[in-house]
Amino acid sequence: MSIFYPVQIFSDWLTHSVFGIAQNTLLASAVNFFIFDTIKIFLLLAVIIFAVSIIRSFLPPEKIRTILSSEKKYFGNVLASLLGIITPFCTCSAIPLFLGFLEAGVPLGTTFSFLVASPMINEVALVLLFGLFGWKITLLYIFSGLIISILSGIVIGHLKVENLVEEFVYKNKQSGQLKLPEMTWKQRADYARNYTIGIIKKVWIYVIIGIGIGAWIHGYVPTDFLARYASSDKWYAVPLAVLVGIPLYSNAAGIIPLVSVLTEKGVSLGTTLAFMMAVTGLSLPEFMILKKVMKLKLIVIFAGIVGIGILFTGYLFNLVLR
Amino acid sequence: MDIKILGTGCPNCRKLEANTEQALEELKIKADIEKVTEIKDIMSYGILGTPALVVDGEIKVYGRVPETKEIKELLKK
Repeated sequence: MSIFYPVQIFSDWLTHSVFGIAQNTLLASAVNFFIFDTIKIFLLLAVIIFAVSIIRSFLPPEKIRTILSSEKKYFGNVLASLLGIITPFCTCSAIPLFLGFLEAGVPLGTTFSFLVASPMINEVALVLLFGLFGWKITLLYIFSGLIISILSGIVIGHLKVENLVEEFVYKNKQSGQLKLPEMTWKQRADYARNYTIGIIKKVWIYVIIGIGIGAWIHGYVPTDFLARYASSDKWYAVPLAVLVGIPLYSNAAGIIPLVSVLTEKGVSLGTTLAFMMAVTGLSLPEFMILKKVMKLKLIVIFAGIVGIGILFTGYLFNLVLR
Repeated sequence: MDIKILGTGCPNCRKLEANTEQALEELKIKADIEKVTEIKDIMSYGILGTPALVVDGEIKVYGRVPETKEIKELLKK
């Protein structure tokens, strides 16, 4: 029995008894789906974001930087990608992180591994994936994301492109150990609570719209409707999904519920994964901000490598998960 | 007392500023709050996450917004 069984009973009751919608109708199916998914997703979001925030209060970026600055190549890339999972990433923090890491002597390749993993594998996306696709797809997503970020960082590290980073970055070296205050448990809990509320406030409308449209499609659009255009034997599906995904970053929270329903209607899984990775991992606003600290050529290389990684993942899963 | 708020002007930085002002008022301390908004100047403190509260050159809080009550405790010391 699923732990969400009580939620299912509640949404059945709400749909049939309170709203009085007859069972086994399209409307009932759509409304029930909407209520169940919304409650489930928000419960998961609250619990997971809170837990991750507590962990994060022990491992703020300042500590991660210290850890990474003393790590060797390869292992540093792996560690950077793993630590990227728990670190929140918004485009506004891209510059301080990038500068701060390089100034502290973290290698460029390792910094990029972190920069790729941090937005791509974030707790909000993972909760939505888990809630709507199940744990298998979530694990696939995490592993592919890790591999892409580790390899991208290693490749960029080998390209010797330090000259493409704006000069001032390497000029102010960070030296000496920083004395930072420790937090008490109460402060950690407050931080986690505020952070959780902040994130939910930011994404709830997108999640509800996403689930709402999803519920409508779920109830009214015939299964396999999209198979004609986006099944796994269509070669153009994956690159198209990636291109569409690039400008959608800010709405990642609303995109995933939508995409989960599209999969149901015939979009193949590899294409779906590629699309979601493009939404989270390749972000136009982030590229524009990064322009301040690196030459355009490096941004193109960075986006190119990550993009190829995502395309490859998409094709691979389309091939394997038929 | 030398109070600085580090942050590029994000909503959290403004909230920290408001909480700090509130704390100063409740403690009846007269002090100016200096806002450090240039990313390079912020970075020179060695932190990666904003906002941050710096009192007399010492980083007291960073990467989160403390409640007014907590700031009062910090300022009393």
